[in-house]
Order: sequence, then structure tokens, then C-alpha cells
Amino acid sequence: MSEITEQVTPKTGFINMSFVKKMSGPLVGLILLCVFFSLTSEFFLSARNGLNILDQVTVLGILAIGMTLVIVIGGIDLSVGSVLAFSMMMMGVMQRQMGLPLELAIVVGIATGAICGLVSGLLITIAKLPPFIATLAVMSVTRGLANILTEGKQIVGYPDWFTSLATVRQFGFLSMTVATFIVLAIIAAIILKYRPAGRNLFAIGGNPEVARLAGINVNLNTCVVYALSGALAGLAAVAFAARLDSSQPSAGLGYELDTIAAVVIGGASLSGGVGSIFGTVVGVFIIGVLRNGLNLLGVSPFIQQVLIGVVIAAAVTFDTLGRKRR
Amino acid sequence: MPMQPDHTIENTTSGQTGETILSVRNVSKTYGKITVLKNVSFDIKRGEVVALLGENGAGKSTLSSIIAGLVTPSEGSMQWQGQPYTPATPSDALNAGLGLIHQEMRLLPELSIAENIFVGRLPTRSGRIDNLEMYRRADEQLKRLGLNVSPATKVKYLRVAAQQQVEIAKALTLNARFLILDEPTAALGGEETDKLFEQIERLKNEGVSFIYISHRLEEIARIADRVIVMRDGELVANFDSAKVPVSNLVEAMVGRQLDRIFPHLPAPTHKPLIEVKNLSSAEGDFHDVSFTVSAGEVMGIAGIVGAGRTELVRAIAGADPVKSGSVTVDGQVLTLKSPADAMAAGIALVPEDRKLQGLVLDHTIGNNIALGNYPRITPRSWVTPTEIRNFATTAIKRFGIKGSADQRANELSGGNQQKIVIARAISSGPKIVILDEPTRGIDVGARSAIYDVIAELAKQGMAVIVVSSDLDEVLGLSHKVLVMARGRNQGILSGTEATRHAVMERATA
Repeated sequence: MSEITEQVTPKTGFINMSFVKKMSGPLVGLILLCVFFSLTSEFFLSARNGLNILDQVTVLGILAIGMTLVIVIGGIDLSVGSVLAFSMMMMGVMQRQMGLPLELAIVVGIATGAICGLVSGLLITIAKLPPFIATLAVMSVTRGLANILTEGKQIVGYPDWFTSLATVRQFGFLSMTVATFIVLAIIAAIILKYRPAGRNLFAIGGNPEVARLAGINVNLNTCVVYALSGALAGLAAVAFAARLDSSQPSAGLGYELDTIAAVVIGGASLSGGVGSIFGTVVGVFIIGVLRNGLNLLGVSPFIQQVLIGVVIAAAVTFDTLGRKRR
Repeated sequence: MPMQPDHTIENTTSGQTGETILSVRNVSKTYGKITVLKNVSFDIKRGEVVALLGENGAGKSTLSSIIAGLVTPSEGSMQWQGQPYTPATPSDALNAGLGLIHQEMRLLPELSIAENIFVGRLPTRSGRIDNLEMYRRADEQLKRLGLNVSPATKVKYLRVAAQQQVEIAKALTLNARFLILDEPTAALGGEETDKLFEQIERLKNEGVSFIYISHRLEEIARIADRVIVMRDGELVANFDSAKVPVSNLVEAMVGRQLDRIFPHLPAPTHKPLIEVKNLSSAEGDFHDVSFTVSAGEVMGIAGIVGAGRTELVRAIAGADPVKSGSVTVDGQVLTLKSPADAMAAGIALVPEDRKLQGLVLDHTIGNNIALGNYPRITPRSWVTPTEIRNFATTAIKRFGIKGSADQRANELSGGNQQKIVIARAISSGPKIVILDEPTRGIDVGARSAIYDVIAELAKQGMAVIVVSSDLDEVLGLSHKVLVMARGRNQGILSGTEATRHAVMERATA
């Protein structure tokens, strides 16, 4: 055994060999997609379209940051789409019906998301429900609550400054919502990689019993992660409301699945312990670019759904095969 | 493997009625370089109960598994009712009429007794399950065992003893002529044991043969006709009668072995570091255990599997809840709610199962060693991959781990994996180190390296507690030995009192 193990790390001379290996699947896929659409559509390769894609993926991207944390600890959060809708409605109701200043209503919206996530976390750690069941329950409850608030009606008409967060490109470049997504992604990536608190999440997902015996408070960490996922769903709701100029109780329907898909395409393992924010961002862009490109080519949304399914299967297959070879 | 002095193996040709039903000839089993079964031969006659004894790891389970078709032997042959017998799967063995009743039940709790008995071969009539026939036949077997319970009862409502009888009934419906019972009485009370023995007696008169594995030596004379004893994978004694004094059985089980090389331990200090008083488990796994370990002292904990040793040390390390009693470290009474509490008080645990409790196998050695040790890697709240690698590399050198920080833990051998877990535990700077079965599944060469590490910890003034099922290890490595049986402290032996014989006698009490 000892003779074998000493030969395992080959001296390749490439410093970034491991990085290339790790990222090759999703990143190469994204580049191939971009090349393909550049060749097939005259509109795809332009700064304007690039910024469009950024606008289009912001909500998904913010949700996917939280989902990455959840999946890294070996969990799953099916509630993010519904929590997004509930937070959005809370924000709308606070501002329009309760007369709160919009700034405060935004805080209430984000806090609503965090509380919903915390409930999931408590159901998982205290009531010992499997994450799938706990968040499925929260998904149903919050979707119901979102509809109850206004009896299913939407709330239209936010102040101009609010909608401009999503529409006005600061310095002709990024809107505030896109900038928020980018900043959050960077912060999350740094925490996951360079903060003990972030690194502990990988251990929890890799083997919760090992993590617990090593002195990590697994239950507390789990609750915090689900609360963060909920809070990010609340923040995504704010970005979405700004983009829509309204709050809609049906918003975010099925987003949890897109989000999970993005994280998994980005190389995270649903069994936990593996994943990265960079991979997730690539996964988010693969879905975003695919949608955008297919729209430009005039492919019907039904066929788009089929193709996205194929991409998920292909991405994860390559990833699994690659992992086995390593 | 240490070389064995010759032991006389008498061939039994006397006494019993009935012809030989199973004969095992020169069966060996090796896994890689490790030999777990060496040249075992014996015969079993029709209608005979043979007790199979041996310490943990003596090879009893491997032997049973070979007979029951779970494991194929590396060498040797078997004959069943005069025909060559080479079962490739458990169902081959069952179809031939040989069944193994495990210590842990393998039943489907949500199904009825009858369905459990006939699972995989439900009687059908014109394509549908014939419930009447199934219940009738199940009832027949339950009556044969003297059980008064409806075959429609769900298994989850049965007590452990009754579940065991369902397993036996299941084997009997397959016309089993031979049953291996692996520690059947481990979970049974006195009355239930009596009932089981009655059933064995009844089946024996019908011509069914048994291999009966048990750690409760006092049962042997009651139920067995003969006794065979295994040690270190070999059959070392074969008693023609079961009316043998228990002390002779113990002697055959422990035997004498060539001295293994254990590091020299300096005398311990008399400064008690950890004091455990009347500790009882919340789950009832151990009761009223007390002991003290001083700085520089190594205490072994011996006992058979299920004696409550692992549960005891897990509770001290904060991993399992306690009901009553106290743990005092350096004069401070601890409140142990989680492993983090114990670690803060200076107690580190190297858990029993390194693959399930000790390591994140998919992660690198560096990350495994760093886990839980970040405050010691850097005083800042940021940690870089380089810092982690350097920290791990120091530990890798200190413990002689053959591997690099960037390698995955699952690429290493068992001994090196164990050292990673020890390295993590020690890196937290503990005062008390608990190692649960530190050399299980590790080959002999790598063991002495672990022993050296343990001795080194004691020399540095830590209090060390070692749980081990390996008697030589417990005795060779410790200043004193706490013996546990059925969740209770059966005595703490030290100096000349601490002999294999004394430990084994208390462990099987």
C-alpha cells in the first residue's frame, strides 16, 4: 500500500492541473455553448446580450448561492421558489397595505425568507425530518401563505427608484441587482474556501458524524445554512420584484428545480461534501446561456425544457465518470 | 501472525449416535496478506450440538460464513451428507439445508411473520399469493417450535427472542438439517434462554445438527454435546464432552502466544487527570462505572463485544448522553452535552470505526487533519490552503503517515488512516486521549507503530484510555485494565493480577 500511495500524485509540471481537472466539465461545457450560439446566432455575441444574460440569471444565481451551501452540507432545499414568492408578497403587503417605507419592507421580505429557512432547519435538526420532506412541507406552506396574503392577487406599482435597481445600468454597465449577485457570489466563495466556518460545511456534508465527533456543532450549522438559503431567497425576491415592478404570488414556481440543476451542473454532489460557488456560477450561466441562446434561435420553450433536461443528465454523467477515473 | 505452539487436536470418533453430516477439511481463508482462518478441520454428526468458542477475532464468524455460503474459502473442502459441498451464495447453503441465524436479526419489520418466513418464495396459486397456504405452513413451523403466536403478526411487534425464533422457523421451512446459531442468547433473558434450549433439544431429537456460538461459557455444559475452540484463526482444542470446567475452556481460548513487542511504559504519575464516578448511560448500555486515570497512565478497557465499552467511552467524549454520574477533569466537573464540550475540557476521542466516524474518506488528508483544528492552524479567522497543508504536513511527519496532505484519505491503508484520525485528535492538544479499538483491521506490522504512538502520548503526560478486544494488546499496552461485562465494571486489574485468564474470566462473567 505504502509504495502505491507514494506514486499517486503525479508530477505534471502544470501548477493548475487540479484546477483544470476539477472545472473542465462545466466550464468547457459553458464555453462550447457560447461558441455554438455565437456561430448560429448573429445577436448572441454582443456586450448587450451578455448584460441581458446577466440580468436574466440574477434571481437564479442568488438562489443558487444558498442552494450550494445547502447541498454542500448534504441537504436539499425545495422551498426556495415558494419562499421567494412569500417574501415578495410580504414585502409588497408591508409597503402597500401597511404603509411601511419600502426600505423597511425590503428588510421584512428578507427576514421572512430567513425565518422560513430557519423553520426548515429546525424541522431537520430538532424534528429529525429528512431535508427533502422538511423543505417540501415549507414549500407548500409558504406558497399557500403567499396566496393568502392578497387572495392570490398581484401587487403592482413600486416607486421608480426601486424598479431602477434592476433596470438602470450603473456607469452603463451593471444594474444594482446584478452587482449584488456578483458581490454575494464572491463573498460566499471566499467564506467557503478560506473561513473555517465555510470549510466545516464540507465536513458536515462529507460525514456528519465525523464532523460532530471533531467538535463541530452540526445542528447549529445546519440551521444557519437553511436560514441563509431562505434569506437569499428573500433577497432574490427583492431583485425579482424590482425586475417585474410587481409582487406576484405565483412567482418562482419551479425555481427550486432550476436552482438545484444549476448547482448540480456546477459539480456539487447531492450526497454532500462536494461543491463550489465557482462551479455553481458556471452552472447558472449554462442554464442562462442555453435559455438565452435558444430564445435567440427561436426554439420553442417546450423544446428548451427538453434540452435543459438533456444538459443536466449529460453534465452530471460526465462529472460522475470523471470522479470515478480520478 | 505469531507462530503457534502445537496443540493436540483429538479427532472425535466416540460417543455420538448418527453419521457425520458435515465435514470440514483444511479450510483456510486469507484476505491479501492477512490469514483469518488457518487449516480448520472438524466433523459434525446428525443431531449433535457443537459449541464453537473463541475470543473476538478468533475466526468463528469467518468459519460460520464459509459454511453458510457468505464467504468462499481460499483453500480446503467441505462435505455435506457425503457429497462435496461448495456453496457460492447463502441461498445455495439454504437450499442444501444449512442455515445461519445471525446475532442481529435480518427480518423485515413491516411484514408479517408468515411473509418473513416465505419472503422470496411466497406460495402462489394461479399467479396470486396463496395466503391460506402461507399461513398454514408458517403456523406449522411455529407450532413445531412451541410458539403460540399468529403467523399474521407483524414482526416489528415481536420481542427480540420471538424474532429470533422466526428466523429459526424460516430456516426450518427450508428443511434445514443444520443450523449455526451466532450468539443466540446475547439479547435474551433467563426464561427466553430456557425456551430456546428446549427448542434446540426438540429439533436435535428430530435430527437437526447445530453449531452453537456463545460467549456465555456457563451455558455450554447445558446445551452442547461437544466443544471446539478457535484462536487466531486456528482450531486449537476439541473437547469430546461439554462437561468441561469453565476454566479449561478459558485456558483453551486465551492460550499462550509469543510475546508481541510492546513499547516500554514509564511508571505513571499519581496526579489523577480524569475521574469518572458512577457513570450510567441514558440508553442503558452501561451502569455505575467508576475509574480514575492519572497523567502518564494508560488504562485498557477489556470485554466482549456488546459489554458497553464503546458506549462508555463515547459518553465520556460527549458523543452519547449519560443518565447519571460525573466526569471530572483536573478537578472540574464537566457538563458533557456534545463532543465539542469534551474537547474543550481536553478529552479527545479516536472513535471505533475510522471509516464511518473518524474520516471523511472523500476529502484530502490535509482537510481531515485540519477538521476541528482551525483555531490551532491560525489565530486569524482566515485560513489558506497553504496553511492547512503545512499544518497537516507537520502532523504527517510527526505520526509517520505514508501519504501527502493533498491525497484523499481513502487511498491510504488502514494503519495510515488510523494515524490520520489520531493525528487530528492529538492536534487539538488534549489532556486525555481515548482510543477505541485503535488497531482493528490493521495488520500486525502497522500495529506496533500505533503502540509506539500511544506510549509516546503517555510519556508526554496525557492520560490514555485504550478500548480493545485484543487481550494481548490490552495487557501489553496498559498500566491497568478495566474489565467490563454486560455494561458493568467487573474490576480493575493491574500488575500481576492482570493476566489473560483473569481478564477473560471477568469478561465472560
